[in-house]
Amino acid sequence: MSAAPPTTVVPPVEVPAAPVPTVGSHLRDYWARVRGGDMGALPAVLGLIALCVVFTALRPNFMTEGNFANLFTQGAAVVLIAMGLVFVLLLGEIDLSAGFASGVCAAVLAQLVTLQGYPWWVAVAAAIVTGVVIGLVIGFLVAKVGIPSFVVTLAAFLAFQGVVLLLIKGGTNVSIRDEVLVAIANRNMPPWLGWALTLLGVAGYALVQLLRHRNRSALGLVTEPLAVVLIRIGALAVLAGTAVYLLNLERSRNVLVSLKGVPIVVPIIVILLVVLTFVLQRTAYGRHVYAVGGNREAARRAGINVDRIRISVFVICSSMAAIGGIVAASRGTSVDANTGGSKVLLYAVGAAVIGGTSLFGGKGRIVDAVLGGAVIAVIDNGMGLLGRSSGFTFVVTGLVLLLAASVDALSRRRAAATGNR
Amino acid sequence: MSATPLLELRGIDKSFGPVQVLRDVDFSVNPGEVTALVGDNGAGKSTLVKCVSGIYSADGGQVLFEGRPVQIHNPRDAASLGIEVVYQDLALCDNLDIVQNMFLGREKRRGLVLDEPTMEQMAAETLAGLSVRTVKSLRQHVSSLSGGQRQTVAIAKAVLWNSRLVILDEPTAALGVAQTAQVLELVRRLADNGLAVVLISHNMNDVFAVSDQIAMLYLGQMVAQLRTSDVTHAQVVELITAGRSGGLGLAGENGNGKRDTPPTETTSAGADR
Repeated sequence: MSAAPPTTVVPPVEVPAAPVPTVGSHLRDYWARVRGGDMGALPAVLGLIALCVVFTALRPNFMTEGNFANLFTQGAAVVLIAMGLVFVLLLGEIDLSAGFASGVCAAVLAQLVTLQGYPWWVAVAAAIVTGVVIGLVIGFLVAKVGIPSFVVTLAAFLAFQGVVLLLIKGGTNVSIRDEVLVAIANRNMPPWLGWALTLLGVAGYALVQLLRHRNRSALGLVTEPLAVVLIRIGALAVLAGTAVYLLNLERSRNVLVSLKGVPIVVPIIVILLVVLTFVLQRTAYGRHVYAVGGNREAARRAGINVDRIRISVFVICSSMAAIGGIVAASRGTSVDANTGGSKVLLYAVGAAVIGGTSLFGGKGRIVDAVLGGAVIAVIDNGMGLLGRSSGFTFVVTGLVLLLAASVDALSRRRAAATGNR
Repeated sequence: MSATPLLELRGIDKSFGPVQVLRDVDFSVNPGEVTALVGDNGAGKSTLVKCVSGIYSADGGQVLFEGRPVQIHNPRDAASLGIEVVYQDLALCDNLDIVQNMFLGREKRRGLVLDEPTMEQMAAETLAGLSVRTVKSLRQHVSSLSGGQRQTVAIAKAVLWNSRLVILDEPTAALGVAQTAQVLELVRRLADNGLAVVLISHNMNDVFAVSDQIAMLYLGQMVAQLRTSDVTHAQVVELITAGRSGGLGLAGENGNGKRDTPPTETTSAGADR
C-alpha cells in the first residue's frame, strides 16, 4: 500500500444564480420567513388591529379623535423606556430597574426645577446625566464584576424606590409648573407644523430608500424590486398622513377652547426612533450589539470589546429611562413616590417583547418598542373605557405579555427546527 | 518544495506549570501547499496552533515568517502577518447574515455609516474567487446555512483579509460526506491560490485527500514531517499512536530518545522503501 487513497472530491451542487426578485417572490420570501418562525412585528400589528376592532365594537367612543390623541400621550413614557430596553434585551440581558430609574431621574428633575428653581434645561440635562450614571454603574457591575444583570437590576429596582422617596422628601407630591416641561406631554403642535414635519419625514424616508435602491442597482447587487420600495414609502405616507389628519381634527368639546394638533411628545418619539434605529442598523456599534447578543465568543474573537458593548447598552437603557421619566413627570405635572413605579417597568418590557424583541438576545428592533407600546397603550386605554377595574387590566396585560413571550419562545423553537429558512 | 517555507518553527517549547506540552517542536509550512497536522488527542496540536496564532506565547524556540524571525505575542500580531485561524467551533453569529459575519469586527464604513454595498461586493468576490456557488443569497442569516456552508463562510472570512497562512482546526469534524467533500475541495483551492494552509484533522481520509505534507505530533514532540506521497495510511497511524514506525519517527522506547531523522526533512529520505 504505497499510494495515497484516490482524492475523490465530489463537485459542489450547482445552484443557479439567484433570480431577479419580483414583488411576488418578495412576498413569498416574507411568508416563508414567517412560517419559519421569523415573525418580526407581525403578531404585534395583528394584535393591535384585533384589539382596536374589539374595543370599537364594545365602546364606540374608543375610536374618537380625543381618545386617539390620548393613546399617544398615555403610551409615550412606556414606549421611550422600552426603546432603551431593546438594547439590553438584544444582549440577552434584562434591566428590571428601568422603571424606577426613570422615577429617580424624574425626581431629580422635580427637585431641581421646582424645589431649587433651576431653569428647565438644567433640570433636563441633570436628569439625563443621572440616567447615564445609573447605566454606567449597572453596566460596570454586570460586565466587569460579573454579577448577573437580573440580580444587579433587581437590587437597583429596590434601592431606586428608596432614592425616589429620599429625593422628594418622603412621599410628598412635587408638582411641576414649568411651562416648557408641562408642554412636552400636554400641549400640541399647530396643525401646519404637524403637516410640515410629516411631509419632511416621509420625503426623507423616500429619499433614503430610493437612494439605497439606486446605489445597489448601480453596483449590480441583488435589490428589492422597486415596486416594493414604492409600496413601503406609500404605506408610510398613508399611515402618517391619516394619523396627522386625525390628530389635527378639533377634539375639544368646549366651544371656547380649541384642542387640536399632534401632541409634542410624538415628534420626540419619532426622532428618537429614527436616531436609535440608525445606530442599531447602520453603524458598526449597532452591528456589534447584535453580534454580542448572537454569539458573545464569536464577537470576542472578532476583536469586539464585549465589556464595553455590555456597559454601553445599560447606559443607553437608563438614559432612555431618564427621558421616559421626564415625559411621565410632564404628563402628570408632578412627581411622586409612584413615578416610574408599579406597572411602568413591566409595561415597558412587555412592549419590547410584544413588538417582537427576543428575550433570548440577538433579535429585535427599536420599532418593536413602539408597536408593542401601542398594543399596551390600547389595552390600558380600552380597559379603562370599558370601566374595568385596574385589577382586571393588570390580569389582561399580564396575559398579553405571557402570550408574547410564548410566541417568542415558540418561534425560536420553530426557527431552530426549520433552520430559519 | 519551494526554497523558504512561509512559516517555520524551530525548537518550540511550551509548558503549563509542570506539564510540558510541546517539546522542541520543529514545523514548517510552504505557500501553495496543504500541510496536515495530525496527532492523537492531547498530542499538542491545538497548543501548537495557539502559539502560532498568538493566543499563547511559546516558552522557547524561534518562529520564522518568510525566513525572518518574528515575535507573535497576541492575535493581532498574527493577523498583521496574515495568519488567520478558522476554529473548530465556528466563530460565527447565527443572527447575522453572511456579509455581516465575514466583516464582523472589521466593518468597512463611510464616515459613521457602514458601507454595506462595498462589503457585499467584496464578500461576493471572495466567495466567487473560492468558486463557492452553493449559497443562495449573501444576505441570508447564518442560522439558515448547512454545516458545510457555515464552514465555507468561516473559511472565506479568513481568506478575505489577504491572509497568507490559513489554519483550519478540524474543519470537517461535524460534516456529512458531501459537505466534507465540498470543504476539502475548498481547502485544496486555497492552496492552489497560493496560500499556505495548515489542516488539523483526525480523519486520515481527509488528510490523504488534500495534503501535500503531513506533520505528526506524538506526546508533544514532532515525530516527523513527510511528504504525503511518501507515507502510507498505516504508517501515519503508527507514528501518531506509537511515535515510530519502522525507521521513521522517534528513536528509543516510547519516543523519549532522540530522533533518527531531522523532523523538517521532507524529502523521500524518510521512506522505508
